[in-house]
Amino acid sequence: MALDRWIALCLLGLCILYGYTAWFTMDASLAPFMRRNPIWPSTFPKVLSVLGISASFIILIGLEKGEEKIGEIDHRRLGDYFLGQALVLLGLMVVYALCLRPLGFLFSTSAFLIVGSFILGERKLHVMIPVAFIATGAVWYLVQEVLGIFLRPLPIFVGV
Amino acid sequence: MLEGILIGLQTALSMQNLLVVIGGCLIGTFIGMLPGLGPMSIIAIMIPVAITMGDPSAALILLAGVYYGAIFGGSTSSILLNAPGVAGTVASSFDGYPMSRQGKAGKALTIAAIASFAGGTIGALLLMIFAPMLSSVALLFHSPEYFALMVVGLSAIAAFAGPGQVTKALMMTVLGLIMATVGEGALFNLPRFTGGIMDLQSGFGFITLAMAMFALPEAIFLVLKPKNLGADGGEIKDLRITRAEARAIAPVIGRQSVQGFFIGVLPGAGATIASFLGYAVERNIAPKHEQDEFGKGSIKGLAAPETANNAACTGSFVPLLTLGIPGSGTTAILLGALIALNVTPGPRLMIDEPQIFWAVIMSMFIGNLVLLVLNLPLIPYIAKLLAIPRNYLIPFILFFTLMGAYIGQNNATELLMLVGFGICGIALKFANYPLPPLLIGFILGGMMEDNFSRSMQLYGGVSFVLERPMTLGLLVIAAGLIIVPILRTRLAK
Repeated sequence: MALDRWIALCLLGLCILYGYTAWFTMDASLAPFMRRNPIWPSTFPKVLSVLGISASFIILIGLEKGEEKIGEIDHRRLGDYFLGQALVLLGLMVVYALCLRPLGFLFSTSAFLIVGSFILGERKLHVMIPVAFIATGAVWYLVQEVLGIFLRPLPIFVGV
Repeated sequence: MLEGILIGLQTALSMQNLLVVIGGCLIGTFIGMLPGLGPMSIIAIMIPVAITMGDPSAALILLAGVYYGAIFGGSTSSILLNAPGVAGTVASSFDGYPMSRQGKAGKALTIAAIASFAGGTIGALLLMIFAPMLSSVALLFHSPEYFALMVVGLSAIAAFAGPGQVTKALMMTVLGLIMATVGEGALFNLPRFTGGIMDLQSGFGFITLAMAMFALPEAIFLVLKPKNLGADGGEIKDLRITRAEARAIAPVIGRQSVQGFFIGVLPGAGATIASFLGYAVERNIAPKHEQDEFGKGSIKGLAAPETANNAACTGSFVPLLTLGIPGSGTTAILLGALIALNVTPGPRLMIDEPQIFWAVIMSMFIGNLVLLVLNLPLIPYIAKLLAIPRNYLIPFILFFTLMGAYIGQNNATELLMLVGFGICGIALKFANYPLPPLLIGFILGGMMEDNFSRSMQLYGGVSFVLERPMTLGLLVIAAGLIIVPILRTRLAK
């Protein structure tokens, strides 16, 4: 089965779950006075669930005729591309998200930029490190000091 | 009126105010480039500075400069990195980013600058002439008309419903609408589809979704298949627009300046609807061979939303200045600033304090001109950003993507959501599902449901569609905008 149909299957499952919540569970907790309204919080979701189920079903059974188009990257030959780098970068983003608060903005961001370029093959440490530090410091200064949006600069155990 | 214009010119052209508008445009442009910091946040940040200036005219001129600068700055990140930081610049990325990928970043930014200048200037001209008259027209629009207007805005999805893609575009729109229902709606005050997760109480963040669906998949695709954005054809810094291109975009700019302005006048409609609608209309009236270029780097597809969103921003000053009604989040903040400066906007502003009213309008002309003059020479340098080696550029794109989501919500969970949605966006892109309809559905979904629900409550059902001719007319236009291009494609086969 083609990838777009697998995705349609996932979307169908999602829409069924969404529809089940809208049709069968949402209205139970509705206050009596709200029941007299011509529109309920579940009305719009109910319509959307029907539309979503229909659309995903049409894609799934291939009712709409169209040639199978391969995008700019052929997902069937992912091994031909830099898949490892992409996956490690996505992992690095997750690590950054988890470390941003406990380790502080300055350390997490500098590390993210340095490790990110290292993953992509950059080995000029004498360029990479100063660029990362200067960029991190500049963004922190602009966001926190100029714009007044709080970004914890240092690790939590330092207490700032 | 002539006397007012002269008073306004005198105020806006004083050395202090000229410096203020230049400073405002520069600050707005540079901060606006950071995803996550839209005009609303930047104006809010600048209010204390404006208030300490003491002079209401100078303060408003500063804020107007920041406003225009921020919109242009937002377009820059949309065009260069496919990272629209605000909803109003999402449509600019549809064709602006493909142009950048074709090595025409300089040209794309020049078209954006010229279209923004024209949209803002023509909008200011229309504001000058029609402001008092239009304020009463804006009040004729009620919830049913707003609902219908949102449906017209949704018709922009037709641009992505190419052969064999109609159901996928529809599915993505529905998915966007579904995502917009998560969280506490403005009208019902009930948490929906949150699964008891506190972070979902206020729904998904627009920036998180925009970055996850646009910027992140693009950056990951650049990792998977390296492509030097700055190397294609060596035209990256080239600003030149040919005579044929200028002739092609001139009527688009003319039409969208007027259309965008009138949409901006309606409180609640604003730059987002104007840009989507501008894009949809221009695609529909374009000849068949040009229609196919939309979404792939069409200059008309870039000029239309850029003109419309700037004209709409100017239009949103009509209800603010003449009625004291803020038509958007940004003008609501401007209203707060006006009140803090002891200026009460409303029907009497033009009579009681003409120097402020006219100075703001004149500063719009000057602000737009300053923005064009300042930005055109900077474009080659801004476009050169794409020539930064991939090993440095991609970590920075990913970092700004993360920062955009983080600054908006100040919540690290948002970053995890960004990565999760980003992976979904990559899978959808692999399977050729068009992603812009998802974002269009998400942006318009909340407003659409609120206005639909309000209309249902007011009329006790869907009778409002038949009882309000303007609503019916708008819905017919929306149906036409969606169905006609699909039928035309079918018939052409």
